[in-house]
This record gives sequence, structure tokens and C-alpha cells, in this order.
Amino acid sequence: MSGNLSVRVWRGRADGAFQSFEVPRYASQSVLDVVTHIQRKLDATLAYRYACRVGMCGSCAMTVNGVARWTCRTHVDKVAADGRLEIAPLHHLPVIRDLVADMREFFDKWARARGSFRGTKTRHDGFAAVSPASRKRRAIEAGIECIGCGVCYSACDTVAWNPDYLGPAALQRAWTLVNDVRDTANPERLRAVAGDGGCGACHTHLSCTERCPKQLSPTAGIAGLKRAVTMAALRGTL
Amino acid sequence: MSFRSQTLLWVAQRASAAVLALCVFVHLGVIIYAVRGGISATEILGRTQGNALWLAFYSLFVLACAVHAPIGLRTVLNEWGAWRGRGCDTAMWLFAALLAWAGMRAVMAVTG
Repeated sequence: MSGNLSVRVWRGRADGAFQSFEVPRYASQSVLDVVTHIQRKLDATLAYRYACRVGMCGSCAMTVNGVARWTCRTHVDKVAADGRLEIAPLHHLPVIRDLVADMREFFDKWARARGSFRGTKTRHDGFAAVSPASRKRRAIEAGIECIGCGVCYSACDTVAWNPDYLGPAALQRAWTLVNDVRDTANPERLRAVAGDGGCGACHTHLSCTERCPKQLSPTAGIAGLKRAVTMAALRGTL
Repeated sequence: MSFRSQTLLWVAQRASAAVLALCVFVHLGVIIYAVRGGISATEILGRTQGNALWLAFYSLFVLACAVHAPIGLRTVLNEWGAWRGRGCDTAMWLFAALLAWAGMRAVMAVTG
């Protein structure tokens, strides 16, 4: 593999523009390698975010040729067959600078969806006995591996149209807690994920499920929340 | 509007969609069946007017439309028109009433 890549990189804030770079092409080169090359060899002022480089932390998520991806796990060969790359910050989030998106809104919505565990036991109590084969535990298993990278949020059309929408990751997190038999916050959690900004706003476009780098299905979790919220509304407990 | 009301609107739209699917199927099926040998408007009205079954069927059809369309339009206006809140909800109640009134007027003309 040789030659150069033509790379357009977003610079500045929301009113910024793309800047073009020529980057040497190598075998097994990741998009994060390309961004790092630009920052270290061509323009040290380029701002971007990464940490683990191996698909564990999710902090290097960016929009690559129009699609939200982890740049560390995206090979250039896979997305730039014609030798062209366009790299931008994640969609649907404010831009701090260059390729760095402001994730506060994303994580604030996790908190609004009551995405934190609330139990009653203390360290002096015994372990809760939860069968790994139980329906609820398996529902948790399907969504618990989310690392909060924001790719699903960036890929979701509803997030763009409805600023109140909590988004796929926060709703999936809520669904794992709804199924947690140890958790005691569920009545208020169901209220938090109901209504026009909650699970009912999901149009089941499946973009989140299509784009999730962990192959999770937030859509399935949201469908579960729709059922739970519907039952609560019909029972009058919402 | 409370979260419970918003959720019940969501449920009502799904439930009315299920009713509409059945109604459209019957409506189109009957049209295709009825006109296969040629039939005039007078002959159609002769069979539908005073018929309680068709009155009930098309009343259900109209009411399902009056429930389904305004809830969907509300979402479209919320998301694509950025029109939210009480003003939009009131307009949708009026739209539902208009659909129900105009629809039932047509139903009564055909089956009454």
C-alpha cells in the first residue's frame, strides 16, 4: 500500500470549515492513525480526542465520510477505497473545536433518563441472587456492554429533529436498569423515559442499531421501554 | 400535557393504526368486489343507505382516522416544524374534530 490519502478535516467550531491535507497511506492504517499523523506531522493545532486506541473507551468517535464511527477501529481501506477521507466531529452535538464534540448533552440525558443504579442494600448485606438465565438478566446482557461513545446518538435522526429526545444510549441504559431486580428507582425512571422526549419519540429507524460499534441494539431496548411505559400508563402508575 | 397523556396518545395512535389497517383492507376489498361487474352510484347508495352495518363500519373508519392523523401530524409539527406546546396540541384537537365532523357527515350521506 502506498501513495497519499486526500483528507478533509473539520476545523473550528460549528461555523468552521473543512481543511485539506495529504497524508501518506500505509497498510492496516486506521482513521485515528490518519488524524494523529496530521496532528503530529502537519498541524499541531488540530484538536481531537482519543485514549485507548483499541476500541475500549469510545472517546475517538468521529464522523468519517458522513458516518459516525470509532476511528481507532476503522481501517482506511474499509472507508476510503478511492483514497478520500472526510473527517468531522460527531453530529448532533455542539463542536468544541475541530474534531472534539461536546458530550455534556449526551451524558446529561443519561442522567435525565435515570441512568444510574439505585439499590437498597449496603456492603454488609449479602449478594443478590440473579439467575443468568432469567429473562430480565438476559435483557440486561443484551445492552449492558454500551461504553457511551455517542455513535448511536450521532446516527439518530430523531435526536436532530427533537432536542428533548433522550437518545438511544440513554434509553438503552434505562432499559438495563428497568430489568435490574435490585434497582428501586423504576417508577420514576419510567416517568423519565416516557412522553414526547422519551422512548415514544423513537421512530424505529434502526440507525443506532446499524451503527453501534459494539453490535448492540438500542432499538430493542427502546421497544422494551415502550412496552413497559405503555403498561404503566394503562395501569395508571406512570 | 402529562407524561401519561403523552404515552396514551402514543398508544392511541398505534391502536388506531391497527384499526385502520383492517378498515382499509375491507374498504378496498369491497370496492374491488363490488365494481367487478359494473355498478352505478345510485345502486351503491341503494345498498348502503339505511344499512346499520356499513354505518357502524365507516363510523369506526372515520373515528380511527380522526384519532390517528392528528397525533401523527402533531409529531411531524413537533419535529419538522418545531411547533410544540399547548398551541400545537389545541390545533390538533381542532383538526381531530374537523376530521370527525367531515368524515361523519360523509358517512351519514352514504349510509344514513
